[in-house]
Formats: sequence, C-alpha cells, structure tokens
Amino acid sequence: MSNQEREPMFSAKNIKLLTGPVDQNNPITVQVLGICSALAVTVKLKPALVMALSVTIVVAISNVVIAALRQYIPDRIRIIVQLVVIATLVILVDQILKAYAFDVSKQLSVFVGLIITNCILMGRLEAFAMANNPWPAFLDGLGNGAGYGIILIVVAFLRELLGSGTILGYPVFEKAGIYSAGYENNGLMILPPMALIVVGLIIWGQRSRNKSLIENK
Amino acid sequence: MKQFSNRYIFIFSTVMVVIVAALLSLAATLLQPAQERNLEIEKKKSMLESIRIPATRENAVELYSKYIKEGFVLDSKGETVDGIDPFTVVLRNEQKKPVEQQSLPVFKAITDDGGTVTILPVEGKGLWGPIYGFVSLLPDMNTIYGVTFDHKGETPGLGAEINTTPFENMFQEKKIFDNGSFVSIQVIKGGAAPDNIHGVDAISGGTITSKGLEKMLLDCLAKYNDYFLKNRN
Repeated sequence: MSNQEREPMFSAKNIKLLTGPVDQNNPITVQVLGICSALAVTVKLKPALVMALSVTIVVAISNVVIAALRQYIPDRIRIIVQLVVIATLVILVDQILKAYAFDVSKQLSVFVGLIITNCILMGRLEAFAMANNPWPAFLDGLGNGAGYGIILIVVAFLRELLGSGTILGYPVFEKAGIYSAGYENNGLMILPPMALIVVGLIIWGQRSRNKSLIENK
Repeated sequence: MKQFSNRYIFIFSTVMVVIVAALLSLAATLLQPAQERNLEIEKKKSMLESIRIPATRENAVELYSKYIKEGFVLDSKGETVDGIDPFTVVLRNEQKKPVEQQSLPVFKAITDDGGTVTILPVEGKGLWGPIYGFVSLLPDMNTIYGVTFDHKGETPGLGAEINTTPFENMFQEKKIFDNGSFVSIQVIKGGAAPDNIHGVDAISGGTITSKGLEKMLLDCLAKYNDYFLKNRN
C-alpha cells in the first residue's frame, strides 16, 4: 500500500467510489443492507432526511478512522474495534444534537441510536475501510451514505404522500383538492410492509434498466 | 493482515477503551448544562401549549413567567404539601413510590381573558418508551381546556402522532367527569362518536400508544380526584 504511486485526489477510481453506491452498487437495492432502518424511518420524509444525513456523516467518519488505524487493528478483535468506533461516534452525535439541535434530536429520537445497528456501517468498515487508505474510505462512506439516503428519501416521499397526503408535513393533496374528488389516504402505506414493497419496486425498476445487475442462473 | 501478539491485543483494547471512555465522559460533562437547559425550556413550552399559548423555544421562558402564576404540590388526599418545588418533581420517580407518598404537582395559569386554568402533568408508557404531557382544566375541574403530549421514541407517522396538533385539539372541551364520577377520557379505536364528550379518536397504526395514552390519563388524573371534588366551581 505504502509504495503505491500517488494518485490524484479525484481520480476516476475515486469518483467511482462516490457515485457507484448511488446506483450500480447501491447499499439498499443492490447490496441489500440497511433494510431494517429503511422500514422504520420512511413513514415521514423529515426523519428520513435527517437519518440519511446522520448515517452519511457517521459512515464517512468511521470509515476514515478505521482506514487510518487499519495497520494497527489486530485482526482478531477488528469487529469489536469497528463497533466501538461506530458506537462512540453515534453517541457523540446524539449528545451534540441534544445540546445544540434539540428539535432535530427530538425528531430523530430513537433512530440516532439505531444508526449503530445499521448494517451498512459494519459492511463498509469490514469490506472497504479495513483494506484502503483514509481518503478513498471517506469517499466510499459518503457515496454509500448518499446511496442509502436516496432510497430512503424516495421511499419516504411515496409513503408520506400516499399514506398521509402530505410532503414534509405540508398537506399537498388537501390543497390540490384531491380529497374532494373522492380520494382517501391509503392507510396501508404508513404500515411497515409497504416500505419493503416500495423498495422491491425500486429494485425491479433498477434491474430492468440495468441488466448487468441481474444474477446469472 | 499482520499477526499480532496477545499482549498487543490486550494493550490495544485497553488503550482504546480508556480513550473512548475519556472522550465520552468529557463530552457528556461539557454538554450537560446545555442539555438540561433545553429540557427545562421544553417543559415550559409544553405547559404553555397545554393552555393554548403557542410558544417557541426562544420566548418560552418569558411567556412562562407571564402566564403561569403559581405552582404547588399535593398529596394523594388533595392536601397541599409545603417545601417541594413542583417544577422539579419528576413524575416518573414519583410513580415508583406508593400512592400515599407521591407528590402531585399542580400549576395555575391566568389566561388572556382573565380565567384561571389548572395545569396537571401526566406520564405513562407508550409502545417504545415513556409518553408524557400536560392537561389543563377549566375551573369546573371537569372540562379540558387543552393538552400537550410528547413521547420519547414512538414510531413517526404512527404512535408519534400523539404530539401533533390535530390529535391534541380533539381533547379540547371534553369532560373527565360523567354525572359526578371520574371517567377520564377514552381513546377509541375506529373513531369516537361526534357527540361523545368523554372520547377521542385513536391513531390508526398506533394502537398501543393510544391505549397507553388512555391509561396514562386515567391513572394520573384519578390521583387528583379529591382535589377536583374540593376545588371545583
């Protein structure tokens, strides 16, 4: 690693780290990680947005920390070390939000703690940060956070719009007069199973557009 | 990956744990005053909202001293107990004690039209954690003037809807007594009949939170029964 020749900060390879996870290698729709939180926080758009941002920050920073320490982390306890780094960062983020962004912290409530158990974090640390330099690891963290976030936002947008008739709390359907035309909010959309179905539809759409994602039998 | 000796692994984990512990306790200590201040403002803001005064985090402290004139603590017989600041009573801790030893806070507010409103704190259990709030009563100690609820971690869009204005507004003008006996407020799945003066609609998808809220109101308000009977007019 150390005698590798220096490559530019934004080489084609590094850019790919950033953009790959948004589509080709999306953590939710392709790697199928982080599904649990995609169910829980996508009833409303606002928690989904904040969750996407928090996960991006935590995965990027923990990727950097683990990548910087990777030569010194004993192989046999690496999973514990990864967990400690993630948990510390998440607790710090939670405490800082409570002190300086109380409203956001109330909005997120338990989900901040749930970032610790998000499979994407462990997945990226184990698969990428343990084998790469801090800078690519940082880009990889940002990319995966963005890929996760984009799916979360799409799902939350659809669920909030169809389930509650609002977007970010603004009553779109009411203002557009759709209720008076006989429309009713779809109560099924706010229940967890619909998140999986929406994610399934996104995967379907993505795979019919990009055939290379389909596994060979 | 290099192989490391057991000795190195022990030293590595010890150092890591010490650094992390120091970092976290430092953060907790430094941030504690700001966090406590936030909680105090939040409590004042909720109390103001329960008497229909829309407060922001910026003006909550000022409005609190303008509207909320008095606070005292009762025992379960409805007698005033001296020497306890009602604002610092933690309901969750009180609820662990036997009923006879519990301190029951009462706050009195004067609204803009000069009426006196009684504010009572409530706390109970939702689906994932505590739910809490304030209920304000008109001087007849029967009609609800307003309520605010909040929660620690109910599911957004489902149980968490208890802290939204449409849900809270349903409680206004509801009665907690029926022909002189205490009945509290029922949270009814499928919706309360429009003429039901003791019932409000439950939240779809939030059944356990709704039930918890109903139980919270029943349990907490019932303790003030003697005070209600003595002080209503």
